[in-house]
Amino acid sequence: MKILATYNIKGGVGKTSTAVNISHLAARDGLRVLLWDLDAQGAASFLLRVRPRVKGGGAALIRGRRDLDAAIKGTDFDRLDLLPADFTYRKLDLILDASKKPTQRLARLLRPLGAEYDLIVLDCPPSISLLSESVLHAADILLVPLIPTTLSVRTLDQLTEFIAGFDGHRPKVLAFCSMIDRRKRLHREIAERLPAERPDVAQTIIPALSLIERMSLERAPVTAFAPRSAAARQYAALWAEVAERGL
Amino acid sequence: MVEAFPHDFVLAGDGRPVEDVVQAAIAPRYTVAPDGLPRRLRLTWLDTFDWRLYHAGLTLRHNVGSRVSDYTLTGDDGEQITAEAKGLRWPSLADALPPGPLRARLQPVTWVRALLPTARASTVMRQLRVLNADGKTIAWLTVSDLSLPGPGTNGVPSRLSLTAVRGYQGQTNRIVRQLTAAAGVAPALRSPLDSVLAAAGRQPCGYSSKIDVKLTGAMPARSAMQKVLLRLLGTLEANVPGTVRDIDTEFLHDLRVAVRRTRSGIKLCGDVLAAGTAEAFRGEFKWLGDVTTPIRDLDVYLLGYDGMAAGLLSATPAELAPFHHYLCQRREIEQRALARALRSRRFLDMTRAWRGALAAPAPRRGMTAARLAADRIRRADRQVLRRGTAITPDSPPESLHDLRKRCKELRYLLEFFASLHDPAIHQQAVRDLKGLQDCLGEYQDCQVQQHEIRMFAEQMMAQRTVPATALLAMGELAGQIARRERQARREFAGRFAGFASAGSQRRFRALTSGSGP
Repeated sequence: MKILATYNIKGGVGKTSTAVNISHLAARDGLRVLLWDLDAQGAASFLLRVRPRVKGGGAALIRGRRDLDAAIKGTDFDRLDLLPADFTYRKLDLILDASKKPTQRLARLLRPLGAEYDLIVLDCPPSISLLSESVLHAADILLVPLIPTTLSVRTLDQLTEFIAGFDGHRPKVLAFCSMIDRRKRLHREIAERLPAERPDVAQTIIPALSLIERMSLERAPVTAFAPRSAAARQYAALWAEVAERGL
Repeated sequence: MVEAFPHDFVLAGDGRPVEDVVQAAIAPRYTVAPDGLPRRLRLTWLDTFDWRLYHAGLTLRHNVGSRVSDYTLTGDDGEQITAEAKGLRWPSLADALPPGPLRARLQPVTWVRALLPTARASTVMRQLRVLNADGKTIAWLTVSDLSLPGPGTNGVPSRLSLTAVRGYQGQTNRIVRQLTAAAGVAPALRSPLDSVLAAAGRQPCGYSSKIDVKLTGAMPARSAMQKVLLRLLGTLEANVPGTVRDIDTEFLHDLRVAVRRTRSGIKLCGDVLAAGTAEAFRGEFKWLGDVTTPIRDLDVYLLGYDGMAAGLLSATPAELAPFHHYLCQRREIEQRALARALRSRRFLDMTRAWRGALAAPAPRRGMTAARLAADRIRRADRQVLRRGTAITPDSPPESLHDLRKRCKELRYLLEFFASLHDPAIHQQAVRDLKGLQDCLGEYQDCQVQQHEIRMFAEQMMAQRTVPATALLAMGELAGQIARRERQARREFAGRFAGFASAGSQRRFRALTSGSGP
C-alpha cells in the first residue's frame, strides 16, 4: 500500500480536484483506492456525492474508538472508496495533540488498511498544523499544487527543508504547476521554467480550465464525466508522472 | 416465510418493464437509472459429482460473454470470489484453475473430485443504479433474464439482485423492504442454480454414495434386502460412466464400495433372497471386485505420492520421479482393462440380471427386517469380538487382515439397517467400530504397499530403464511404509480394547434388542 497526499499550505490551489481525479484514474487503472477527505469543508466528499458525516466524528476515528473501516463509503466508481469529511475534522489538531506520538498517529491508523487498498489518497486541509505534520509523516509521496508565484516557490522550499529534517521515513515531494492561465505571461514563464530547473516539479501542468470548475456541478471527477477533455488528459499525464516516480 | 435470498427478487411478469416496477416501489426517496449496455452471457454451473460445493453452501459458475470468461464462486454467507480464465475444459480437478484465491478456496472442498457441469443456461444481464437524493449510487440492481437450452424446459422468471454499495447497507435494507412490499415482484426463494435445475425438471444433490433407504422393522426381510441391494446397484451404475471416462478416482472408489457392500449383503443376508440368487451372483460380484482392484491399488499409491515424496530424508523427490512415471504408465494400462470390463457384455448382462433377481416377490410370512438386522449384526459383532480377542502380539498379519474383513461386514450391516435404529446409538456404534477399522485399514494398506513396491521395483528392473537412484528412493519409501505399518500394529490392542469395551458393546446390544419375530 502506498500513501499519496495532496498538500499545500494555501487554499484554492487545486488540491481537492487533484486528489479526486488522481484517485479516479488510479482506480480506473486497477488499483484499489481509498480517498480520505481530511478537510472539514468536505469538498472531495461533495464531489463524490457522499454526505460529509462520520459517526462519532473525527475524534472517534483518531482515538481508535471507531474503525476507519466502518466509516468508509463506496463511490460510484469501481475500486474507489471514500472516507468522508466531517465538520469535527476542524478540531483534528486538538484531538491529535491529546494522543500519544501525534505525528505518527495517522500512519498507524492507516496501516491495517494495507490488505484492502493499494493506494490511499489523503486530501489535506490548507494549513500548517499537527494534522499536516502527521500527514507528511504518513505519506510516501506528496503531491503539491503550485500556483505560479514567487511566494509559492519559496513555500515549496520551506516544505522540502522541513521534510529533510525528518528522522527515518521521508515522503518524496512532487510539485506541479496548477491553475495555469496561459493568457498571463508570468504564469507561462514560471510554468516553463520551474519543471526545467527543478527535479521535484512535474513536467505536467494543470491549466485553469472551466471544465475543472464544472466538477462541482457534475459532482464527479472530470476524468469520469469528460474523459477525453484536455483537463482529463492533463490529469492522466500527471498520474503517469506520479506512477513513474514510485507509485 | 423464509427469505433464503434476502436481496434477490423475481419479477411477477405483469408486463411492466423492470425499471417501472422498481421505480414505483422505491419512489420518491430513491430513483433507478440504467448503467451500461445489456450483456449476453453463457452460464455453466460446476460442481463435483457428489455435489460437494452445493453441500458446502457454495456455487461455482462459469460466465462466458463476448469479451469475458470468468469463474465466480458465491457462498450462502455472501462470500464472493472471481477469477478470469479461458480455455479450460471440464470435467477437471480444481487444480486446472489458475493459482489464486478461487482455486485455494475450492481445493479443500473438492479434494480429489473433479468439477463437472451440473447445469447450463444463457442470460441477458442488465445493471441498474439505485440513486439517493444526491444522485449517489447506493446500490446496484442486476436484472437477469435466464433461458435454458433445449426443448422441454420451463421458463425462469426474471431475477433482480440488489447489492449494497459499501457504507449504504441501511438504505439498501430499506429498499429491500420496499421491494418486498411492492406489487409485481416477489422475494426469490431459490438460488439461480436451483431455479435453472427446477426449470429443467431436475433436483440438486442427485447423487450420494450413502445407503439412504428407509426400512421398517415389520417389513419382510427379503423386501428390506432387495431395497438395500437395489440402492447399491443404483450407486454402482451411477459411477460406471465416470469410471470408464476416468473423470476422477472417486468414481471407481464409490463403485468398489458398492460392490463390496453388495458382496457382503449377499454373503451375510443372501439367504433371505429368492432361492439360488446368492449363489448365482456371488461369483459375478467377485469378478467385478477383482477387475477393479489393480487400478485402485495404483490410485492409493498415486494419491499418497506427494506426501510420501515429501517425507523422503535421504533421497530427493526428483529421484523418485521414475517411480511416479512407472505408476502412471501402469495405471493407463489398468484403466483401459477396467473400461473394457465395464463395457463388456458380461457386465451388462450381470447388472440386468441382478436387477431382475431383486424384483422377486417377498413371501407373506417369514422373517422381518428388524429380526434380520438384529440377528446378523449380533452374529457379526460376535465374530469381530472372537477373532479380535484371539489376536496377540505374535499373531500373523493374516489374522489382522481377516479381522479387518469381519469389521467391514459389521460396518456394512450397520449401514444397511441404519434406518431401523436410533440415530444417536447408530452413530456412536459406527464411531466405536471406525476407530478399529482405521487402524486395521492402515495396517493392511501398508502390507499391500510393501508387497507392491517390491514387485514394482522388480518389474522396473526387468525393463532395464530404471536408474539406481530411483530404486534407492523406493527403498526409502518402503522404509517409510514399514514404519507406518509397525505404528498401526502397536495401536491395534488399544483400538480393539475400545471397541470391545463394556460401553461400546452395550450400544451394540441396544441395536440388536427388541427385534420382534
